Amino acid sequence: MANMETPKEKILILDKVSKQFGGIQAVEDFSMSMDKGELRCLIGPNGAGKTTVFKMVMGVYPASSGRIVFQGEDITSISASKRARKGMSIKMQVPGVYEELTLRENMRIAAENYVPKKQLAEEIDRLIELVHIQDLGNPQVKNMSHGQQQWLEIAMALASNPSLLLLDEPAAGLGPEETEFTAELVTSLNKQGLSILFIEHDMNFVRKIADQVTVMYYGKKFAEGSIDEIVNDERVIQIYLGNS
Amino acid sequence: MFGDIFAYIYQFIDSFAFLVLAALGMAIIYGMMGITNMAQGELIMIGAYVTDIMVCNLGMPLIIGIIIGTVFTGFVGLLMDRLIIKRLYDRPLDSVVATWGLSIALAQLIYIIFGPSMTGVSIPLGSFKVAGRSYSYYRLLLVAIAIVLILITFLVFKYTKFGLHSRATMQNREIANSLGVNANKMNAGTFMLGSALAGLCGGLYLPTMSLTPSYGESFLVQSFVTVLVGGADPLLGTVLAGGGLGIVQSILNMKFNTFYGKIGILLMAILFIRILPNGFSGYFNGVRLKMKLKKEKNRGDK
Repeated sequence: MANMETPKEKILILDKVSKQFGGIQAVEDFSMSMDKGELRCLIGPNGAGKTTVFKMVMGVYPASSGRIVFQGEDITSISASKRARKGMSIKMQVPGVYEELTLRENMRIAAENYVPKKQLAEEIDRLIELVHIQDLGNPQVKNMSHGQQQWLEIAMALASNPSLLLLDEPAAGLGPEETEFTAELVTSLNKQGLSILFIEHDMNFVRKIADQVTVMYYGKKFAEGSIDEIVNDERVIQIYLGNS
Repeated sequence: MFGDIFAYIYQFIDSFAFLVLAALGMAIIYGMMGITNMAQGELIMIGAYVTDIMVCNLGMPLIIGIIIGTVFTGFVGLLMDRLIIKRLYDRPLDSVVATWGLSIALAQLIYIIFGPSMTGVSIPLGSFKVAGRSYSYYRLLLVAIAIVLILITFLVFKYTKFGLHSRATMQNREIANSLGVNANKMNAGTFMLGSALAGLCGGLYLPTMSLTPSYGESFLVQSFVTVLVGGADPLLGTVLAGGGLGIVQSILNMKFNTFYGKIGILLMAILFIRILPNGFSGYFNGVRLKMKLKKEKNRGDK
C-alpha cells in the first residue's frame, strides 16, 4: 500500500517543448512525462511531429524552446553524444546503421565507448544473439534484410546499456513473423526494467505491447491514456485510427 | 637499355611518392570530412619551415626536425579546425573559399616573418650510380616512407577505434552522435591528422627543394589533382591516382621536362572531370556495385 502512494520516479519529462524549422512550426508546446520502467507509444498521423520530438529528446535537433529533463537532470542544451553517454539510446526511423561497414564493425562503433575492451567481443556476441542475427556471420550491413538491419540497430542501441530506449517505428516494413519477434523483443526488454518510448503506425503492434499511449496531432499533444482509452476515444479515431 | 628502364622506373616511383605524400593529408580531410582544404600547401610549407628552423637554427638532426615539424603542423591544423573549419563542416563550397583565403594569409605571414627565402638543408644519404646516371638514396627512402604511410593509414582507419569512429562520422554524423561518438572531436582529430601528414610531407621534401613562402604552391596543384583523380576514397583513390598520374608525369618528365610533366597532370585532371567525375575510387566502387547487383540478379534467376 505504501508503495502505491509513493510517486513513481520520472525518467523523462518534456516541458512545453517546441521546434521550428524556418517558418514551419513542427512541434508546439509539447509536454509529456514517462515513469521509470514504462513502455509508452507515441502515435499520430504522418507529419504530426513524432520523429521531431524523438530527435529533440535525443539531441539530434536542438529544441527551439521548452525543457527536457532526463533522470532528474535538465539536458535541454547538451549534445546528442553526451545524452547517449548519460543513458539514452535511439533506433532511428530509417535504419540508422552503417551500410558500408560490417555487422560487427557497426556493433563495435556502438559498444566501444561503453564496454571494456576485454569484454567487447563477448558483449557483441550477446547482443547479436539477443536480436537473433547471430547466424548471419559478419556481412556488410547493406547485404542484410530490412528486418535484420532494424534488429541490428536495436542491438546497437542496447550496447550502451541505456536507461531509456527510443524506438522510431521498430515494426515498419517487417513481415508478420518479424513483427511478432520485434514485439516479443521490446516487451522482454521492458520487463527487464528498460524504459521504452516508441513511435509506431501498426496499431496491432501498439495494442499488443504499449502500456500508455500519447497521441500527437499537428505538432501538439492531442490525447493521452491507456491503450484501451485511446482506441475508444472518438476524437482519436477520427483523426488517426479512422484513417488507418 | 637497362639504364633507360631503370631511369623510367626511378622517375615513376619518385613521382608516385611525391604525389602520395603531397596528397594523403588532403585526401583524408576531403574523404572523411568533405572539406577541400586549399590551405594544404601552406600546411606543407609550415612543416618545412619548422623543420628548417630545427635543423639550421637549432642544429637538430633532420629526422628530429621532421618529427617536430609534423607535430607542430598537426596542432596548427587543430587550431584551424577549432577556429574556422568547424563552422564549415556542412558547407563544402564555403570551405574552399575560406581555406583559399587562409592559404594566402599564411603564405604572407611567413613572408613577413622569415623574408623571401631560408637557408636550405642538403640532401642526406648520398647517391648511387646505374648505367652512368646518378640517383639519390634519399628519394628511394621517400618512396619507402610513402608506402609505409599508406599501410599505416590503412591500418589506422580499418582497425583502430579512432579510424572506425572517423568512418562512422563520415558516413552519418547523426547516427554517430546518437551512439555517443563525439562527431566534432572526430572531425577535429581527422583534420589534425591530415594537417600533420602535410607537415610531414613538407619536412621530408625540404632537402630536395628551396624554401620560400611559395613552397606550398609546388605541392598544392599536384595534391589537388591527385585527390580529384582519386575520388572520395582517401586510400584507394590516392594509391590509384598516385600510380596513374605518376606514370604520366614520369614519362613526360623523362621525354621532355618537368614543365610538360605538370601540364600532363593538369590535362589528366580535365580528362577525369569530363569522363570520370567521381575519380578512380568512384569508378571502381561503381564497377564493384554493378558486379554485385549482377551476381544477385543471377542468383535470383536461378
